[in-house]
Amino acid sequence: MTRHIILRVLAKLLIPLIMLFALYVQFHGDYGPGGGFQAGVIFAAAIILYALVFGLDEARRVFRPRMLEILFSSGVLLYGGVGVVTMARGGRFLEYAVLLHDEHHGQELGILLVELGVGLTVTAVLVTIFFQFAGRRRA
Amino acid sequence: MTVLITAVLFAFLAASAFAIVRLHDLFAAVMLLGIFSLLSAVLFTVMDGVDVAFTEAAVGAGISTILMLGTLALTASEEKPEHNRRAPLALAVVVLIGFALFYGTLDFPAFGDPEAPIHQYMAPRFIEDPLGVPNMVTAILASYRGYDTWGETTVVFTAAIGVLLGLGGARRRRKVLGRDDADAAVPDEWESVGPEALSEEDAS
Repeated sequence: MTRHIILRVLAKLLIPLIMLFALYVQFHGDYGPGGGFQAGVIFAAAIILYALVFGLDEARRVFRPRMLEILFSSGVLLYGGVGVVTMARGGRFLEYAVLLHDEHHGQELGILLVELGVGLTVTAVLVTIFFQFAGRRRA
Repeated sequence: MTVLITAVLFAFLAASAFAIVRLHDLFAAVMLLGIFSLLSAVLFTVMDGVDVAFTEAAVGAGISTILMLGTLALTASEEKPEHNRRAPLALAVVVLIGFALFYGTLDFPAFGDPEAPIHQYMAPRFIEDPLGVPNMVTAILASYRGYDTWGETTVVFTAAIGVLLGLGGARRRRKVLGRDDADAAVPDEWESVGPEALSEEDAS
């Protein structure tokens, strides 16, 4: 799709903004609406837009399928890992209050890490599914 | 004013739902599904559920539409013509269940009713904010219901594994069988995946 110059210019303009908004939604989830899932979907949308405009192969060069597999696995591991750490520190599974000395700071850190895990998983999973669907040939 | 907006949105929602059911052109149906999601997102915004609204807009109107278009590109964009069967029994069942559900909603407290049970003890506790997290939706999802969200994350992960095994597995299998020529027919690949993929093909 190299011919559509208006689409390409607009996409180049929009993609960084979409990604920035995704990061805002991710890390501002404590204060405003949003969180890991929404941020992950928005970030994946930016990558999919890139793939639609610049071609699947180009997108696969940047976001390698192998890398995506590692990303979505590590997202789940990060979430579960937080739970294991809280258990190791004498709390229950996912009881963030024991993460730090102050209960509220522990909650904040726990939620931040957990949401990061959700965001990583959702982004990588959606992009993987899109690549799988878009990479197939018609019967 | 809000009532008017809500009524208009619901009318559009119903109209697009009917159109989706009636259409035989699947491409148009997918586009209408995107519009349906966008209308739902606007409805959620009217109800002050901004979180849900932009999840719906991003997932429903954005990603699912793209995925369904991708599926159409792989299969066919026209529904197979089916002889127009009238099934009065099915219609009766649907109407009956519809009325039962509608009757059930009459027991619900009205939307935004301050006397509703949820506002008696649950909402005040979350508004008090014992965790120190300003956004109570985040506090509920990530902390109070951390197990739920953990389950959802693994569901998303499982979806990727399923798609990789179902669609990506075929490619690897074909390489093993030594049929890596570019014109290999897709049905052959699907036969090599297993019964799930075959039934998927039948459904399309």
